[in-house]
Amino acid sequence: MADLKKQIIEQLNLKDVKPEDIGDDQPLFVEGLGLDSIDALELIVLLQQEYKIKLANAEEGQSVFRSVRTMAQYITEHQPKTV
Amino acid sequence: MLLSITSYCVIADHSVILNGEKWHSAESTLSAPDFLTALYKRSGAEYPKFYKMDQLAQLGFMAAELVLQGRNVSEEYGASAAGIVFCNSNASLDADLRYFESVKNIPSPAQFVYTLPNIVIGEISIRHRLKGENAFFVQESFDPSFLEFYVADLFKRERLKVCVCGWVEYLEGKYKAVIYLVESKPGNRYLQFDIKNIHQIYETANGEING
Repeated sequence: MADLKKQIIEQLNLKDVKPEDIGDDQPLFVEGLGLDSIDALELIVLLQQEYKIKLANAEEGQSVFRSVRTMAQYITEHQPKTV
Repeated sequence: MLLSITSYCVIADHSVILNGEKWHSAESTLSAPDFLTALYKRSGAEYPKFYKMDQLAQLGFMAAELVLQGRNVSEEYGASAAGIVFCNSNASLDADLRYFESVKNIPSPAQFVYTLPNIVIGEISIRHRLKGENAFFVQESFDPSFLEFYVADLFKRERLKVCVCGWVEYLEGKYKAVIYLVESKPGNRYLQFDIKNIHQIYETANGEING
């Protein structure tokens, strides 16, 4: 999850945020990290770029991007298997 | 109606002039994005969204931040009487080129949102809660008489009581912002908002693009 936090910070250009500032279960949007709708799109790009995962439908986003932990779980479950 | 320039800011060539005084200067080796970040830090503004803006928006944001320092014009005049009029000659070309590059891989939504020049107006409007008339004009070069005419007309028709206006240009590391805060405040303390003064202040920024 530490790597994922670093990737989120880099992808979203969160210059004043350090990985340790983001709690595993802290909400990413609104009252948590305060991300907005454009950030949500950037997180979709992050999943595609780094993990080759495409969200099956946009509505999934709300639960996938709830926290770093939910993102990490989704990545683990959906990452393409390498032979 | 007598209009005054109650504050002005010139950002060009690694320096910032605020109301005729040097507010900041940096080494000429500093890149434009790093220079803008240094201005943000020096200003003490706590607005993390600054880091997500493209450089045109950062430049306009910083200039507006300085001319509106210590003011709350949306409270003073009412949000709908506070407006913004900007102009430049390259629109959002800098962001357009970056977005074009990103399209070759996976298009970046965060870059896409800045592919319109008037987004800088939106950023300033959100920050200072300005909800009045706004416009962004793309011109071949800075035209003081047009700016004077357009802004004065908005005051004359009682559409605005305060206006942040001027030139905001950023392209491939070259930048220039010349921003005026215009209000209907007569008195010797302020420069009159007329073509001569608009031009004179703009001239202090000469040496950068479209100067």
